[in-house]
Amino acid sequence: MSDVLPTIPPDASDSLAVLEKQRSTAETFGIPLAVLLEITHRCPLQCPYCSNPVELDRSGKELTTEEWKKVLSELAEIGVLQVHFSGGEPTARKDLVELVKHASDVGLYTNLITSAVLLTRERLSELADAGLCHVQISFQGIEEGLADRVAGYKGGHRKKLEVAKWTRELDLPLTVNAVMHRQNLHQLPDIIQMSIDLDADRLEVANVQYYGWALKNRAALMPTVAQLDECTGIVEEARQRLKGRLTIDYVVPDYYAQRPKKCMGGWGRQFFNISPAGKVLPCHAAESITGLDFESVRSNHSIAWIWQNSDAFNRYRGTGWMKEPCKTCEFREIDFGGCRCQAFALTGDAANTDPACALSPLHETIFKQAEREAEGETNRFLYRNFAGGTLESENGA
Amino acid sequence: MAGPRNISVSEASRPVLPRHAKLKYDETRKVWVILAPERVLAPDEIAVEVLQLCNGERNVGDVSDLLAEKYAAPREAILADVIVMLQDLADKGFLTEIREKTP
Repeated sequence: MSDVLPTIPPDASDSLAVLEKQRSTAETFGIPLAVLLEITHRCPLQCPYCSNPVELDRSGKELTTEEWKKVLSELAEIGVLQVHFSGGEPTARKDLVELVKHASDVGLYTNLITSAVLLTRERLSELADAGLCHVQISFQGIEEGLADRVAGYKGGHRKKLEVAKWTRELDLPLTVNAVMHRQNLHQLPDIIQMSIDLDADRLEVANVQYYGWALKNRAALMPTVAQLDECTGIVEEARQRLKGRLTIDYVVPDYYAQRPKKCMGGWGRQFFNISPAGKVLPCHAAESITGLDFESVRSNHSIAWIWQNSDAFNRYRGTGWMKEPCKTCEFREIDFGGCRCQAFALTGDAANTDPACALSPLHETIFKQAEREAEGETNRFLYRNFAGGTLESENGA
Repeated sequence: MAGPRNISVSEASRPVLPRHAKLKYDETRKVWVILAPERVLAPDEIAVEVLQLCNGERNVGDVSDLLAEKYAAPREAILADVIVMLQDLADKGFLTEIREKTP
């Protein structure tokens, strides 16, 4: 039958191949399909695992509305298809509706990654009218006691539930972002059910990645091996049960793995983000690596030039920069030596093998320490803020 | 109003892409793409043709008639292929349908 229309393959899913998967060699680094825009570092929440750098950009350094619009036009022109408005809290920018409108006008698919606590129904409706395509709301837990404590923001959880409901009422697709760690992993089954109840399309179960703020809070966040195994089992079961109803993306923690993650799909291969101050970065944690000079959209160079030619992007691109054991490793083009930021944070040299890899000489010591921390009693958070962090009081925030 | 999800595609369905799945020609890479939350799909030529014909007025049967005529091919075979392709898209959450309003 399929020879009638040979271009429809027998397995029709092949006709909807995911573009990203077609690039697999070290040399390929076309313009990314999607770019993360961290339009501000300001945020009312204080999550102790925030992915922003410990040294935050203050509002005075943020790109202006006109500068962001120019960035959006340039991104569309060079072939970027999607942009994620993120932060900090992107709705803290008064010009967000204007930016989303401009992104839509130049043909970009727009995604909002938000804590939701600053949104009103009216503003969300304005965003939808401006062409917003997708909303992702972060949740810190299943009930306000724990969720508001993790976020360091009273009343946040209740507001998130409300905004999630408005999102679906406005016919916007909803993703629930759940960042998981030792103190909330036990709530995972209920978070899955909450996503169904909120009529979400997607759920991201993202285990904390330990750099920046999260590394400072590792002792309070690191799960045990047993907790992680259980988490993986719960996700696998739910994926089967909810097939066609809820898509679950799962970000596994790499601390207890044998093989490191292919971080960012490889440095400078398929991803970049732009910081509030306009720096073009190979990943949102890249500024934690000292000694790299990141170029800004405020420089004389185009974004495409920065992506293709700047020293920071070329430094760890491909495999030429590698040392042993990566250099001769058969997996070097599979995982590109793991995460450069993690290698830097844990070994002091971003060109070292990510200690998440069992072949790293530091793997054993570092991850034994993590295991001890996971069994420890320390549950107090160091909250994220512009002052360099504030320690949670003995009896909670 | 939210379009229905988890649809079951049949000859009588009138499928359309929901607002969060956008069919677009990518000038840079010279391919058609469907932009969706955190995904970029690469539909083949026929999938693109089918989706362009799905305008909310035609049903799957109408679309198959047009393709059968254009490709001088048996309608039943085309209909089966079109349903499989659209159902796959629906199962991924990237297809909705127009339904008559209930009085």
